[in-house]
Amino acid sequence: MTVLRPRDAAEAVALYAARPAALPLAGGTDLLVLWTTGALNGRTVLDLSGVKEWRSIRKTVTGLSIGSLATHAELRGDPAVRREFPLLAAAAAAVGAEQIQNRGTLGGNIANASPAGDAFPALAVYEAAVVAVSRKGQRSIPFCEFFAGVKKTNLAPGELIASVVLPYLETRPRRQLFRKVGTRAAMSISKTAAAGLLWVGPDRRVRELRFALGSMAPTVRRLRAAEGLVKGKRLGRELAAEACELLRRDVSPIEDARSTAEYRLHVSQNLLADFLLGTQGSH
Amino acid sequence: MPRPPAGKVGAGVARVDAALKLTGGAKYIDDYRLPGCLHGATLRTAIAHGRIRKVSFDPAFPWDQCCVARAADIPGANNVLFIEADQPLLTEDKVMHPMQPILVVGHPDRAQAYEALKHITVEYEEEEPVLTIAESLAGKKLLRGEDNVFKKFLIEKGSVEEGFAPADRVVEGEYRVPHQEQAYIENHGIAAWVEKDGTITAHGSLQCPYYVHKALVKIFARPPEQIRVINAVTGGAFGGKEDYPSLIAGHAALLALKSGRPVKLIYDRHEDMAATTKRHPAVVRHRTAVSRDGRLLAQDLVIIMDGGAFATCSGVVLSRGTLHATGPYECPNVRVRSSVVATNTPPNGAFRGFGVPQAIFAAELQMERIAAALGLDSVELRRRNAWKVGTVTSTGQVLKESVGALKCLELCVQKSGYTRKRKEYAAWNRSKGKPTWRGIGFALCHHGAGFTGSGEVMLASRAAVSLAKDGRIKVLAAATDLGQGAATVFTQIAAQALGLPAALVEVEVPDTALVPNSGPTVASRTTMVIGRLIERAAAGLKAELVKAAGRVPQDRAGLRKAARSLCDGGPARRFEVQYEKPEDITWDDQLYRGEAYGVFSYAAVAVDLEVDRLTYEVKLRKVTTAQDIGKAINPVLAKGQIMGGTAQALGWALLEYADFRGGWMRNSQLTNYLIPTFADTPPMDVLLVEEPYSRGPYGAKGLGEMPMDLSAPAVVAAVHDATGFWFDSIPVLPERICAEFIKAERPL
Repeated sequence: MTVLRPRDAAEAVALYAARPAALPLAGGTDLLVLWTTGALNGRTVLDLSGVKEWRSIRKTVTGLSIGSLATHAELRGDPAVRREFPLLAAAAAAVGAEQIQNRGTLGGNIANASPAGDAFPALAVYEAAVVAVSRKGQRSIPFCEFFAGVKKTNLAPGELIASVVLPYLETRPRRQLFRKVGTRAAMSISKTAAAGLLWVGPDRRVRELRFALGSMAPTVRRLRAAEGLVKGKRLGRELAAEACELLRRDVSPIEDARSTAEYRLHVSQNLLADFLLGTQGSH
Repeated sequence: MPRPPAGKVGAGVARVDAALKLTGGAKYIDDYRLPGCLHGATLRTAIAHGRIRKVSFDPAFPWDQCCVARAADIPGANNVLFIEADQPLLTEDKVMHPMQPILVVGHPDRAQAYEALKHITVEYEEEEPVLTIAESLAGKKLLRGEDNVFKKFLIEKGSVEEGFAPADRVVEGEYRVPHQEQAYIENHGIAAWVEKDGTITAHGSLQCPYYVHKALVKIFARPPEQIRVINAVTGGAFGGKEDYPSLIAGHAALLALKSGRPVKLIYDRHEDMAATTKRHPAVVRHRTAVSRDGRLLAQDLVIIMDGGAFATCSGVVLSRGTLHATGPYECPNVRVRSSVVATNTPPNGAFRGFGVPQAIFAAELQMERIAAALGLDSVELRRRNAWKVGTVTSTGQVLKESVGALKCLELCVQKSGYTRKRKEYAAWNRSKGKPTWRGIGFALCHHGAGFTGSGEVMLASRAAVSLAKDGRIKVLAAATDLGQGAATVFTQIAAQALGLPAALVEVEVPDTALVPNSGPTVASRTTMVIGRLIERAAAGLKAELVKAAGRVPQDRAGLRKAARSLCDGGPARRFEVQYEKPEDITWDDQLYRGEAYGVFSYAAVAVDLEVDRLTYEVKLRKVTTAQDIGKAINPVLAKGQIMGGTAQALGWALLEYADFRGGWMRNSQLTNYLIPTFADTPPMDVLLVEEPYSRGPYGAKGLGEMPMDLSAPAVVAAVHDATGFWFDSIPVLPERICAEFIKAERPL
C-alpha cells in the first residue's frame, strides 16, 4: 500500500489530480474495514489528516461552514452546531460509538455515500451544500444532488470535499426531529433514520415541512410529495395519514440483512405521523 | 456481618491476573514471538455436502516457500478423538459441512499463507445437503446411521397416560431457539512446535488441555508423555474452546512436524465464526396436564436438537437438556423424549448452559402459557410447583439439601417490585400519551453442577497443592482461567484451607507436563469439583506442615524452613487428591434414573423492559436476579459472572441471529452478528443466595452457566406483558413485534 500525505489543501488537490485512483483517507473508520479484509492491498491512499484548513467549523454571514475533516465528536460538541443545527449534532452523536465519533469525519461520511449515512437526513433538511475542490477550482453541490447511488457520488475525478455549508434557518422551526432507528443501542447501522423540520404559521397552517429519510432508498430522500401535501394546510389525523400514504412516492425500502421492507416503511410512517401530530416522541 | 480476612473465602479480593491484564502485560497466544515460525492458513470446503474430486495447485504460485500439510501427512488417525471419533482432522474425500478443513498451508508471512489458499482449486461432486432438523428427521438422505440421530434419550417417571386423565386443563406449546455464537473476545489460536526430544507441544487459547492432549495422542500416534499441551492466557471461551482447539492444535502440530518449524495458527473473526461450534438450535414441545388450582399433573416433552455434521459433545448437551427439561418443578408423571440429529452444517458444540438454555426457554414459557390458561399469575404457579427439599425429580432423585429455588423466587419478586410493576405497567400501557409499552417478565431455573450422572466418577479428576523447596505454594490443576476468575478462586480456597494469606499461594500454568488431569474446564464444575479437590489437597499439606513445624508458618521464610523437612531433598512435595464418589450417589446410565447431579444451583430473574410505540425497539430497563450458588467464594467475581451471563442471555433473546443459509453462516462478522454493547446492557441488581452444599468447598455450588439459562424466557414474558403478543422463538426482533401489530391492526 502506498500512502500519500499532503501537508495542505493545495498539495492534496495536486496529488489527487496526479493519482485520481487514490483513496482519500479522512478518518479511516470505513477504510479500516476494507483494509483488514485485504481489499486495499496494493492501493494508493491519500491521507488527508495533514490538511489543517479542512478541520475547522466557521461561522459566516449566511451560514455555518464545516470543514470536511471535522469529526463527529467535534460536531456533537460544537456550540454553533448545537445552537443552529441541533439535528446535525444529534446525528453526529448517533454515529457508531465514541471511538468512531472521535475518528470519523463529516466529509468522509459523505464521500463514502452509504445509503445509511447517519448525518444525511439532517443535512438534507438543512439544505446543505457540499463544497468540492479540484485543480480546476471550487464548486458547490446541493446536498440532495450530491449522491449518484449506493456508494456513488457526483464528485468528478480529482475532486475532494473541502467543506459543507449549512445556511442559517430564517426562523426557528415549531418542531424538529432526528431519530435513528438502528439495530442496537450503539455501534449500529440504521434501519431507518428520520430528520424533520416544521414551520407553522399564526393561522395554524403549515408554512413549510422538510422531512428526510435515510436507509429507505439508495440515497437519502426528502419526502417531497408529503411536504407538498401538507403545505398551507392545518395538521390533523387525516392529513397525517395521507402524508404517510405519500411516503412511498419518495422512498423504496428494501429487505436486507438488517431489517425488512415492511418494518422500515411502517416505522418511518409512524415517525412521520408522530412528528406531524406532535404526539409523543418528537422534541 | 464481620468482614472475612483479606484474601480468603467470601471476600471480593482482586483477581490475581488483574494487574497484568490492565497493563496489557498478559500474553495471549498471538503475543508470543516464535522465531522462524510459519503462519498457518486453513483451506476449507466451499460446499455443504458431497465429495472432493480433485485438489489442484496453481503452478505459477511459489509453493517452494510454503509447507502444505494434508491428510496423508497425518502419522496416526485422521480423526479428532473426543466423545466419538467421527470428525476427520482433514477431509480427503467426503464433505459433510461448509468450512470443513481440507489442508493447511504454512508460510513465514501470514498474508502469503492466506494468499496461497487462493491458488488452490478444489473440484467437488456436489450432493443435496440436509440442512434442517425437519429434513434430517425426514431421513430422505442419511448422513449418519439408520436415522440421522446422534443420540436419543428417554426419561420416564410415573405414567404420563394416567397423569393426563384427571387433568382440568391440558396446555400445549412448541418453542424454538436458534444458534448462538460464543463471541469470546479472543479468536481461536494455537501455536505448535516439536521439541528436540520429539515432544509435540501445543500452546494456545483453549479450555481443556487434556482434551487436546487426548486428541493429539491419537493423531500423532505418540505415547502420552510425548504430547504436551499448555494453556496460554485465554480471552474468553464460553464452551467454544472446549473441542475445536483439538482441530487447530492438530493442524498446527501437523504443519510443525512436516516443516520442522514452529507454527502459529490464529483465526480471524470471520473464520472463527463461520467454521467453529455454536449453541445447538432446538425445537421443544410441551404437553402439560394441570389441575384447576395450578398443580402440574403430567408433563410430556419432546426435545430435538440440531447437532450439525459431527458428534462433538452433542449427546452430552442433549443429555443435560433432557435432564433439565421439566424446569425446577415437581410433577408426578413425566416423559421426556429427546434426540439430536445430523445436518450438513458446521458441528454445534458446547456453549455456556450446554442444553439447559434451550430446555428452560421452553419450560418457562410453558409455565406462562399454563398460568394464562388458568388465569393465575405465573409467579404463583411457579411457587406452587417449585422444587424444595424432599422433591423427587424426573429421574427419581430425591433432593436432600441446598434447594434455594423458592428463596430465589421470593427474593427476586420482592427486590424487583414485580407485583407492583405489573399493576403500574398495565395502567401505563392503557394510557394513550405514553411513548412506550412497559412490561415485566419472570423466570426460574435450576442448573445441575458438575458432570452429569456418573460423569464425575468416570473423569476421576485429580488436583494437587505443592510446596517447593523455596517455600512457594502452588495449586496444580488443569482447570483453566478463561476470564471467569478460576485462578483467583483457587488461591482463596487453598489459602483458606491452609490458614494463610492468599498472596502466599500461586496457581501453576495449566500445562499437561506440570499439572494433573483435573478434567475439562466446563459444566460449572471448576469451583465446586476442582475447588473441593484443592481444599482437600491443601488440608493434606496443612497436616504435614503442622506435623513438621507445629503450625502453619505464616510467611515465606517459615514455609521455606518447613519445606526442608517436607521436601526431603526433592525440589517440591506434592499433595495430590482424586475425586471420590459419594456413597449415596447412584446413577443408571441405561434407564436414566438416579442422582443426575450431586446438587443443583437455582436462579430467578425479573426482566423489566419497554417497547417503543413508534419503532418497536425493546429497551431493557432493569434486570433483577437472585441466584443460589451455595457460597460465593469471591462475591465480586460471582456477581461479575452473573452479569456477564445475563447479558449473553439478553443478547440471545433480543439481538443475536446466526443467519444460516445453505449450511453457511452468512453473517460471520461482529458487524452483522450483533451482540449487546454496554449501551444495550441494562442496570442489574444481582442478589446472591447461599444455601450451602455439603460437598462443595465451603458450601459452593456451580455458578458459571446458570446466568445464561434463564433470562431469555423472562424477556419474552416481559414483551408479552408490554404488548400482549406471545413469541415462541427468539430473537424477539422489532421487526417481529411490528409484524404482530400490523397483523392485529392495532393502532398505536
